[in-house]
Amino acid sequence: MRFLLTDEQREFGRTLDGMLGASGTPAAVRAWASGDHKPGRHLWARLAEAGVWGLAVPEEHDGTGLLPVELTVAFGELGRHAVPGPLAETVAAAAFLDRLGEEAAAGEWLPRIATGDAVVSLGIGGPYVLDADAADAVFAVQNDQVRITRRHGAVQPSLDPARRLARPLDGTLLAQGPAVAAAAAHATDVARLATAAQSLGLGRALLAETVAYVKQRTQFQVAIGSFQAVKHRLADTLIGLEFARPLVHAAALAVAAGAPSAGRDLAAAKVASGEAAYAAARTALQLHGALGYTEELDLSLWIRKARALRDAWGTPAECRARVLAD
Amino acid sequence: MDLDFTADEDAFRAEARAWLADHTPATPLPSLETEQGFAAHREWEHQLAADRWSVVSWPEKYGGRGASILEWLIFEEEYYAAGAPGRVSQNGINLLAPTLFEHGTDEQRARVLGPMAGGEVIWAQAWSEPESGSDLASLRSTAVRTAGGWLLSGQKTWSSRAAFADRAFGLFRSDPATPRPHQGLTYLMFPLDAPGVTVRPIGRLDGKPAFAELFLDEVFVPDADVIGEPGQGWRVAMSTAGNERGLTLRSPGRFTAAADRLAALWREAPDPVLGERVADAVIGARAYQLFTYANASRIAAGSSIGAESSLNKVFWSELDIALHETALDRLGPYGTLADDAAEAPSHGSWAEGYTFSLAGPIYAGTNEIQRDIIAERLLGLPKGRR
Repeated sequence: MRFLLTDEQREFGRTLDGMLGASGTPAAVRAWASGDHKPGRHLWARLAEAGVWGLAVPEEHDGTGLLPVELTVAFGELGRHAVPGPLAETVAAAAFLDRLGEEAAAGEWLPRIATGDAVVSLGIGGPYVLDADAADAVFAVQNDQVRITRRHGAVQPSLDPARRLARPLDGTLLAQGPAVAAAAAHATDVARLATAAQSLGLGRALLAETVAYVKQRTQFQVAIGSFQAVKHRLADTLIGLEFARPLVHAAALAVAAGAPSAGRDLAAAKVASGEAAYAAARTALQLHGALGYTEELDLSLWIRKARALRDAWGTPAECRARVLAD
Repeated sequence: MDLDFTADEDAFRAEARAWLADHTPATPLPSLETEQGFAAHREWEHQLAADRWSVVSWPEKYGGRGASILEWLIFEEEYYAAGAPGRVSQNGINLLAPTLFEHGTDEQRARVLGPMAGGEVIWAQAWSEPESGSDLASLRSTAVRTAGGWLLSGQKTWSSRAAFADRAFGLFRSDPATPRPHQGLTYLMFPLDAPGVTVRPIGRLDGKPAFAELFLDEVFVPDADVIGEPGQGWRVAMSTAGNERGLTLRSPGRFTAAADRLAALWREAPDPVLGERVADAVIGARAYQLFTYANASRIAAGSSIGAESSLNKVFWSELDIALHETALDRLGPYGTLADDAAEAPSHGSWAEGYTFSLAGPIYAGTNEIQRDIIAERLLGLPKGRR
């Protein structure tokens, strides 16, 4: 057993971290939040060059085939840098099209997803789809039907300013029947894995920023990071993230192997990482004091994303139930 | 990256499972925190040792099987899944033995390890004192030089199962004149039945005589029973404390087995409210298991686990309480019965486990100290007032 990332996987993560760190992502997030998708799509293209979007696209359509561990590495960096856009939704849509068996749609969309040319979104059940106004296409699944559309209702801003929701409207029926439900289940697995990894990265960034802040912020003539209450809260934040991470990796391995435990493993990873990142956000807010409560602080973009990612693609309640369902 | 076991590891697991199935007592033994139970558990140690299952990770010449860390983890998973008795030898095996392997002499290992592995000598840890718990370095018990050895005087407390153990190991102040308190300490092994030793049991919350005070009045210890150099005891002890807080103290198998039993208990009448807490116990146990596999992989790749072991200790100790509280809640009116009540469910194992779990955040370094260590050594936060 070697339950460790390989050197190549770690290097992949470092490359993405370096690229995203130099890209000024907070500005792209704020632009996206106001409906200006240009900086975000520029980031999207850079991520395509780094091979991120090909990770859920089969080789015959210019991807690498599904590589779940690499997906978690990539999405960890996307989360660390609070990258905006229908990130998990696009890779999940790729996974959906790969399983659906509609060759025309697969041939039309999968290569464009892999190259980063197409930003797509995916909704499975529920009223809203993420970033429908930015997507080149929305795949909307309801029960055993999937429609493809570009039309959507009025954009609903959410508590995460970078996440803009809308009802998918009209469109054409792409497929109907048991194949839709099967493809949707697979897509949900991929989205759940990606979102769990994204939460972890987000949480790590929230923790790192908060540690840096409390080391330099002084009150009563000492760094507030020396107060035990502050230290213990940050220790608990680290514990949550550290013990969520192996669950995410184990879930990736289970997906890669098509293991029967994959559904349960994904649910465990999702709830643990979502809750850990949300706890990191609560801690970050509290330990930044009133500064953390401002829109001006870039960290607020991370703080507000944590709750959304906690619930996306599997709420804690759904996931806890799923863990016990086997 | 993989979570696979080799064919040899699978075979090892199968062998352990078969032996445990053949030998695990059908009815649980009396609590090892009682005199009768302690004797029964010592007998169990003899059985384990007879077939080389008592110290699987030790070299064969000391009674082990030379098992790797991963094999040891596998053995522990099977051990707890089988519901095998608690290890009355644990203080010696988990705390003293690693110290002897790292700091002891060949003579000490040859003399001490065999009887430890066989359950002939059961060890207690003589660590804390009434005025020195978290601040262990402030300890006051003394080791005074005499011909051929040392005379130990002072008081130790909270020594688990010392009421029934044969020998103890601990830290004593051999040089009171050092500038810093953690200097001038010596690590010694000593008999509990020697002249000058008085052992006074202390009842824990449920009345069981789980630990004891030791009063030492010039107890003679020969030079051969000093581990490491005199005056270097703190350094020697801290490697022990590292093990205590790390991979070896509470293996994940204990919690995955308990979580599985809790899930089975819940499934008898599943309800969604308790279900959330049951799920958290299952997830937590699995997370701890996977975290430990990752650490084992790191060790196999040449790294060592330092302050990261503090993460473990906080996590499993709080998981253990939450898991047992959920079990008691699920048991309803039967959840309030003492473990030795005739009608206690599961032979009282949930009640005993609950009472024991309450001590988890306290022993092996309190969770407050562990959080300080995590914050200071892993996050780089400044030391402050504790």
